[in-house]
Amino acid sequence: MEIKRKNKTQLLSKIATNDRHGENSPYFDGWKAYDNNPFHPTQNPNGVIQMGLAENKLCFDLIKKWIMENPDASICTAGGVDKFKDVAIFQDYHGLKEFREAIAKFMGRVGGNKVTFDASRIVMSSGATGANETIMFCLVNPGDAFLVPSPYYPGFARDLRWRTGLEIVPVDCKSSNNFRITRAAMEDAYEKAQKWNLNVKGIIIANPSNPLGTTLDIETMRSLVAFVNEKNIHLVCDEIYAATVFDSPRFVSVAEVIQDMDCCNRDLIHIVYSLSKDMGIPGFRVGIVYSFNDDVMLCARKMSSFGLVSSQTQYLLASMLSDDGFVGNFLRESSKRLAKRHYVFTKGLEQVGISCLTSNAGLFFWMDMRLLLKEQSFEGEIELWRVILNEVKLNVSPGSSFQCSEPGWFRVCFANMDDETVEVALNRIRAFVLNRENQESNRSKRCWRKKHLRLSFSSTRLYDETIMSPCMISPHSPLVRAKT
Amino acid sequence: MEFTRKNRQLLSRIATNDRHGENSPYFDGWKAYDSSPFHPIHNPDGVIQMGLAENPLSFDLIEKWIRENPDASICTAEGLDKFKHIAIYQDYHGLREFREAVAKFMGRVGGNRVTFDPNSIVMSGGATGANETVIFCLADPGDAFLVPSPYYAGFARDLRWRTGVEIVPVHCKSSNNFRITRAALEEAYEKAQRSNINIKGVIITNPSNPLGTVLDKETLRSIVSFVTDKNIHLVSDEIYAATVFSSPRFISVAEVMQDMDCNRDLIHIVYSLSKDMGFPGFRVGIVYSFNDDVTNCARKMSSFGLVSSQTQFLLASMLSDDEFVGNFLRESSKRLAKRHHVFTKGLEEVGISTIKSNAGLFFWMDMRQLLKEQTTKAETELWRVIINKVKLNVSPGSSFQCSEPGWFRVCFANMDDKTVEVALDRIREFVLQGKEETKLEADKSQAQAQRWRKQNLRLSFSSSRLYDESLMSPHMISPHSPIPHSPLVRART
Repeated sequence: MEIKRKNKTQLLSKIATNDRHGENSPYFDGWKAYDNNPFHPTQNPNGVIQMGLAENKLCFDLIKKWIMENPDASICTAGGVDKFKDVAIFQDYHGLKEFREAIAKFMGRVGGNKVTFDASRIVMSSGATGANETIMFCLVNPGDAFLVPSPYYPGFARDLRWRTGLEIVPVDCKSSNNFRITRAAMEDAYEKAQKWNLNVKGIIIANPSNPLGTTLDIETMRSLVAFVNEKNIHLVCDEIYAATVFDSPRFVSVAEVIQDMDCCNRDLIHIVYSLSKDMGIPGFRVGIVYSFNDDVMLCARKMSSFGLVSSQTQYLLASMLSDDGFVGNFLRESSKRLAKRHYVFTKGLEQVGISCLTSNAGLFFWMDMRLLLKEQSFEGEIELWRVILNEVKLNVSPGSSFQCSEPGWFRVCFANMDDETVEVALNRIRAFVLNRENQESNRSKRCWRKKHLRLSFSSTRLYDETIMSPCMISPHSPLVRAKT
Repeated sequence: MEFTRKNRQLLSRIATNDRHGENSPYFDGWKAYDSSPFHPIHNPDGVIQMGLAENPLSFDLIEKWIRENPDASICTAEGLDKFKHIAIYQDYHGLREFREAVAKFMGRVGGNRVTFDPNSIVMSGGATGANETVIFCLADPGDAFLVPSPYYAGFARDLRWRTGVEIVPVHCKSSNNFRITRAALEEAYEKAQRSNINIKGVIITNPSNPLGTVLDKETLRSIVSFVTDKNIHLVSDEIYAATVFSSPRFISVAEVMQDMDCNRDLIHIVYSLSKDMGFPGFRVGIVYSFNDDVTNCARKMSSFGLVSSQTQFLLASMLSDDEFVGNFLRESSKRLAKRHHVFTKGLEEVGISTIKSNAGLFFWMDMRQLLKEQTTKAETELWRVIINKVKLNVSPGSSFQCSEPGWFRVCFANMDDKTVEVALDRIREFVLQGKEETKLEADKSQAQAQRWRKQNLRLSFSSSRLYDESLMSPHMISPHSPIPHSPLVRART
């Protein structure tokens, strides 16, 4: 029998053959540089340093110490193996009670103990990736839209849109007011969406912000809550970086804000959380959906069957996060170390005239390279990025990959490397800037601040939470921008 | 669940429809178990759970291995130095060692007739996630898949709920032991075509849930031929592959394809460790496609359901241990065989026959002779009697979309030996009391059921305990469900 091989793409679904997963992008070249030439202090000191991964590697020593001291938190130690059977069999989508309680308590602490989270509302998901998608499945129909303040996490393109059929309408925030989310910008985006006949179902914010590294102030939070109440649309708060706050102002969860707002319809408010950033354990896939809407909670719980947390991991974390002494110490120490690392970098950059958005959270900072652009355009930004990648050999993320409406901003991750590598990275930047200064000394007075740092993403292996192994979103689709 | 009108508008259609399958009048059955779970000492008259396809029979072997291999854990003194690297690892390709170990394990489970490629191993959130992922890759909303019945009740949610894909059952008959015939497939396919339903593929479970039988080579070849001829997909859910405890041996579709002219781009396997190893809590689902585009797409989607790296690491080690694996597979089969034998022999002694089976964690029990009438309604009545009087929570065939009333799936692996005896005694006693009592109780149940329906009793799931893989915590698909059984989506009206 002759094998008939029809066109492969006809065999697959639309979802499988569209690009809405966001992984195809001209930025792919960037990752190649890192993959081909990854930095190593001794084996490859001239390689590309990875500064595009928002990972938190600073506090594993604390976790390891705890694990050594608490062998019965594992079902694989002599102390814990008698629990193995019960845990391995446990697939109830409610999750282990102790796990939910520990998570609820942890979330409360991370929120400064201003709110108590209800353990029975904790719903699991496969990382925040799964949590965000699950919420959208609960709230939107294909073709509906969600407002998303930009710059925003590039993974939203996949998580919110790919299999749900949702459209993203960016709410452009401006550097002129430090990228604050203004009521005016929200209204503007909402109206634009209406004009395009897009049914806006809600707004999703990341607080603390990725890529800005800033926390939302109470006033902005209240304004958001008021906005969604007036429009009767949802508010999803992705609080994945909540415990990475290392400086004032403190983190304020939306849960805290709504406590004092009687006018708020709590059925509109939903939180996404995860331990991937705060604890540095992205591999464990611990995502949480916490909705104040019972129907959403129940629906999300049913959907959690598609992405439950491994019971082995639930068991370990139930124990770890219930240890108040450990948690308190961890949160304090983690903040300290992040603060220090952030300071080292931002001070180092300041010394050579590179400024960053003032930030107090996250595993990255938002670097202002606008003055170094040959032209104030995204082409100019990409060109600068290539220089940073290929010459300075630092892999950072250009602002356009976050749908930033202004070219020239770059996100730089600082928590995924050791102290020696930090120094190397800073030295390279300094050298590059000073070199440029000399070269361009005949140009305008402000040209000393212009540095071409071209950074490339080359890793095809590690999942880059910003640009989705290994490519990034194209910023150029007019359909999904509130501003053309 | 009652939605307020306002709330209904706030939520998606997916959130407010019933395609998750958890609402059903069968909930009463679960209530009985939850209210009075059997315990040999504390509650010897309680309801015995026989609706859960779990496999705890061989944990002693696993526990022994774990004690002897402390470096398989990132939490032991021996393994702790790996903690950081593993905890950070979120690459959706999965740990190489994990993929290699799973590929090797799948090969062994298939009798070493096939070699599985670790590069085609894609993770998912259990077989639940794997099935959904595959459908997302292959079908658009409104498309349909043919599913031989009786089939796993969870398919209603996994294949349909968020994907918008429809199920068209292919009804198999007891007259030929529920074999999947080419004729039945063709009939279902043609009927769907006439109704303008776009069939994208067939999904089979081999070994079968709920039948506990393996597909013979001829049937597998026939199905592969069928899909190749129609240019539609074949998804083979092989989650029970290593629960085969007597001949004939398990044959993977991967093996069958090797000797056939077929379009490999149409063939996809779903696998999991939940049944074979007894680890449903670890959420280890696998998508294995012979179509590179599907592999790549499924891998991107696996971000929505990766296996915890902690668990990947443990299993990479465990499943690479050839000796352990060999011993485990042999011993597990032995124990399942023994348990199966005890039950089926015990039932035979009182005249209850079961379909001849050689796999799975359950058997398919024939209670047709005990039905008041050969209807689904009578089956449900009998089921209520079994729940409330015999106090055994078994699963009625209608929850598996069986086209013939009177069959029940009974799980046998999820209890200890003593409970097995109690269960058998109860069944013996019940059967020996005869049809007369059955009729009496059925009448009572009917009246009771009517009262319940009148009161619109919807019980909220209060138990925080076990997830029932067949009945979706804690509800089951009901033939009486408010979801209209559109004649369009049944191969038989």
